[in-house]
Amino acid sequence: MKPAPFEYLRAASVEEACALLAAHGPDAKLIAGGQSLVPMMAMRLVRPAWLIDVGDIDALAQISIEPDTVTLGACARQYVLAAHGGLGAALPIIAQALIWVGHEQTRNRGTLGGSLVHADPSAELPLVAVMLDARIGLQSRARGRRVVSAREFFTGPMSTVIEADECLVEVRLDQWSGQGLGSAFDEVAIRHGDFALASGCAQIALDPDGRVRRVALALGGVAGVPLDVSGYAASLVGQFIDDTATEAIARSVAAALDPPADLHASSEYRRALALTLCVRVLRTATARARASLTEVA
Amino acid sequence: MSDRMNEVSVERARERLHEVRLQVNGAWRSGQCAARTSLVDFLRETLRLTGTHVGCEHGICGACSVMLDGRPVRSCLMFAVQADGHSITTVEGLAAADGTMSVLQDSFCQTHGLQCGYCTPGMLIAAQALLERNRCPTEFEIRDAIGGNLCRCTGYQQIVDAIRLAAARLNAAATGAGSGVSAPAA
Ligand SMILES: Cc1cc2nc3c(=O)[nH]c(=O)nc-3n(C[C@@H](O)[C@H](O)[C@H](O)COP(=O)(O)OP(=O)(O)OC[C@H]3O[C@@H](n4cnc5c(N)ncnc54)[C@H](O)[C@@H]3O)c2cc1C
Ligand code: FES
Ligand code: FES
Repeated sequence: MKPAPFEYLRAASVEEACALLAAHGPDAKLIAGGQSLVPMMAMRLVRPAWLIDVGDIDALAQISIEPDTVTLGACARQYVLAAHGGLGAALPIIAQALIWVGHEQTRNRGTLGGSLVHADPSAELPLVAVMLDARIGLQSRARGRRVVSAREFFTGPMSTVIEADECLVEVRLDQWSGQGLGSAFDEVAIRHGDFALASGCAQIALDPDGRVRRVALALGGVAGVPLDVSGYAASLVGQFIDDTATEAIARSVAAALDPPADLHASSEYRRALALTLCVRVLRTATARARASLTEVA
Repeated sequence: MSDRMNEVSVERARERLHEVRLQVNGAWRSGQCAARTSLVDFLRETLRLTGTHVGCEHGICGACSVMLDGRPVRSCLMFAVQADGHSITTVEGLAAADGTMSVLQDSFCQTHGLQCGYCTPGMLIAAQALLERNRCPTEFEIRDAIGGNLCRCTGYQQIVDAIRLAAARLNAAATGAGSGVSAPAA
């Protein structure tokens, strides 16, 4: 289990990383936390001739919280994101999701950008990015910056629209306005820390009278890419949310899925998990939104 | 077979060596290695610190856990060149200079927290990291902290017991009740 030989280069800036990618072409690969790439190199599923380390570029580790958006650097480490007070207040769903990502030892190295580019269909951070329709900033030497919506970024299992000469630079997420916000993340895995068989997350905004103002819902592990299924929950807007409504939505979502089957779970089982997870995350997000309304009152 | 061996020797002959300097258990150490040398291979083979074990070599088992700048990481998922200039704590850094075991190590002995010992260095590093930031961990927190470390022998219960015992002894020592066993090196 030893990777094939490569040349190691440490980039000091995004510009340098992009220049190195341009110079070395498809034989070059970026490494951030290495928690997905190094196992693949050890198994020789990937054999880059040039490994360009972007993990220590300060500009890529920035976390900035503005009144209505949050901008996260691609190389913000997962343990930093999980413990960041300002981010926890602005977008608690990130820390709620990170509890499920690997283990302390992998979160100490793993980054946000690495997780998005690796694009495992059951990974947690891509799911949150899709639910909140994050805007993903990519940079290359040849074409400069472009921004791709998370819902267009993922194209299939382990594949995205990112080109070989591009570096993921930052992820921008909108903060929902107003009070009465709640979010939740839940998943089912063989053991905690393993990749999920299925996962779900939700975010809900309630009006002061308790009616739903806005709702987002997404599912992971049930298709080749993380799925935004907010459309199924749109009927909740303007209504009071109760268990009957939640279960009806979960059933309609589950009925529309055609989840993959593998050694660990049949398609039918994943569909059942999706139903359960939709109910759980909608319930928990609603309870948290209600609690935040009473805090205000 | 001979083609394969040929490929391997050509691979090796072409590789450029990097100078790597690390602070290991408080002392600066250096050596040369190829870019693809993992941190665990560098520690074991170049620096001859064989306390850190290597199991799966692809991030699953946790046997290779070390602390990087005070945080536990898997040393098979880092290349030694990436750790250049950083500080590493290995299991050799837990005992006192004269070899006296730390409270944590001694607690593993007391509760039979090891059988074959393969997972032990990784378990100790994970537990040490936990106790450094949380002196009163709950059972859930203990299990979560070692959740990335596999043990094929103990069934985990004695390892959880060891960490709980170590926490109790460290707390007793801190409040003056005194267990007579020295605290682990920070
Ligand atoms: C035991 C174990 C359990 C895990 N469990 C989970 C889990 O439950 N859920 C989960 O989501 N993940 C899990 N992971 C993977 C997670 O830890 C990784 O952090 C993540 O998938 C990749 O992030 P990274 O920073 O380590 O990226 P790397 O491994 O460094 O890179 C991954 C890919 O992204 C590319 N890349 C990295 N950064 C950039 C960039 N800025 N621009 C362009 N391309 C880039 C690399 O070239 C590579 O192709 C687990 C890993 C291990 C070892
Ligand atoms: S040897 Fe590093 S995790 Fe198994
Ligand atoms: S004691 Fe044998 S693997 Fe843990």
